[in-house]
Amino acid sequence: MTTAETNREIHRRIDAVWRLEAARIIAGLARLVRDVGLAEELAQDALVAALEQWPESGVPDNPGAWLMAVGKRRAVDRIRRDQRLERKLEEIGHRMETGPESGADGADVEAVLDDPIEDDILRLVFTACHPVLPTPARVALTLRMLGGLTTDEIARAFLVPEPTVAQRVVRAKRTLAEAGVPFEVPEGEERAARLASVLEVIYLIFNEGYAATAGDALVRTDLCREALRLGRVLAGLAPKEAEVHGLVALMEIQASRSRARTGPSGEPVPLLDQNRALWDRLHIRRGFAALLRAEKLGGPPGPYVLQAAIAASHAQAADAEETDWARIAALYEILAQRAPSPVVELNRAVAVGMARGPAEALGIVDALAGEPSLKRYHLLPSVRGDLLFKLGRFGEARTEFERAAALTRNAPERALLLERAEASGRAAESRPRSGRGV
Amino acid sequence: MQFLMMTTDTGSETTAPDEKLHAEMGAFIEEMSKAGVLLATGGLDPRAVHITSSGGKVTVTDGPYTEAKEVVVGFALIETRTEEEAIELSKRFWSIVGDGAGTIQRVFGPEDVPGA
Repeated sequence: MTTAETNREIHRRIDAVWRLEAARIIAGLARLVRDVGLAEELAQDALVAALEQWPESGVPDNPGAWLMAVGKRRAVDRIRRDQRLERKLEEIGHRMETGPESGADGADVEAVLDDPIEDDILRLVFTACHPVLPTPARVALTLRMLGGLTTDEIARAFLVPEPTVAQRVVRAKRTLAEAGVPFEVPEGEERAARLASVLEVIYLIFNEGYAATAGDALVRTDLCREALRLGRVLAGLAPKEAEVHGLVALMEIQASRSRARTGPSGEPVPLLDQNRALWDRLHIRRGFAALLRAEKLGGPPGPYVLQAAIAASHAQAADAEETDWARIAALYEILAQRAPSPVVELNRAVAVGMARGPAEALGIVDALAGEPSLKRYHLLPSVRGDLLFKLGRFGEARTEFERAAALTRNAPERALLLERAEASGRAAESRPRSGRGV
Repeated sequence: MQFLMMTTDTGSETTAPDEKLHAEMGAFIEEMSKAGVLLATGGLDPRAVHITSSGGKVTVTDGPYTEAKEVVVGFALIETRTEEEAIELSKRFWSIVGDGAGTIQRVFGPEDVPGA
């Protein structure tokens, strides 16, 4: 019984070590074998060795170094054995004799791995998020290689069957190998494009956790934290990239609201109705610091910096009435130019409505009427209904609220929209006064 | 999960504790930042002011002081996925710092609120 307990404890420790070390080990091995898929397999082999040996021998003093050493040994064995990889061994030997990493005995593979590993982790991020891979594969690889998550954990977090995730990972590794994707951080123009792909993956992971409407809520909160952690790690690896700090700032500030976002029965509470006392000041402060870092780097602000600046404006307002809507509308205008999208337009309309009145905002919303991507998006009629109500066009407002209610899948939200529809109906009957504008 | 890690004064060192604390914290911050888990950190002045509220009366005193070895001299708030990870990171901190003592305590968050 006690043995079983200790065994379980050791397994939990191995799990923790693995999550903390996976990225470093895979990245270090990838530099050696120049193949992230193979590197990941070798790292998994090392993990299996730990699971076999540590319960007997105890966890070593430096578990990360132990795993890395086993991984390296497996790598060398594998390279020697595998005909297909023989060429790689030659390449490595050659690189070590002639390349900048030389200085050590040419046959000494160890030397490669004694260099700082940070660059390798950055290479790993860029490779896992390579555009040759479909987005779900990038997400799965990133969580697996950089977060040390198991396929089972990824599957549960994304509400897909485990074999699907496993297959995604296998196929992604094969795609990377077949495409001959180099293990490197791209330079020049390609760097910006590839960095955008990395940031997109991290933010997607964050949103998957943040916008959770189904599944195990706890698992999904973990997903937010994982994305934040990845963002912070990336900010440390690429400190001169303003957009990385922008994304971290955005995620920190959004995460600061997590306690205020849902009501007692789990219903979503809109930003302006949230109890701001529940916002986590520590996360807000960290978000502001990251935003400041981004702004200090200069240059025209990118989409994440702009979104973070908008989030920061909300965070700065002591209560909803104090919101600096003029500033937020201005930020949305820049965002709409730099990263145009119907959702950004709709948000801009809301900000313009608050800053300059519902009439101007209605013009922006009406321009979105034929937008196919917003066809089933309940917020479009919901926002339009709100603007019409403020303009005193109660009958039309009612129709819009009803349409929005029919589109939402969230029951408490539907109830709220139907309530507003009813209120609009009552207002329409008791005859139009002039609009209750802002 | 958030954990508050605290280092306590072991009472052994009498020379320039501030400088030593500085170096320790520097190494720690680097390690934790690389892992992306550090939320906040700081050093604490061992001279504490004690405040007691009793029967509607608030009393502020400079003493009596806690035993030197129980005084918290530094803290770090970290965010990890499991308690094991926090302990693992703490072990690394101590492997950098050397001798010393401290505590790790879970900080309850929104996910720990009953009924949430």
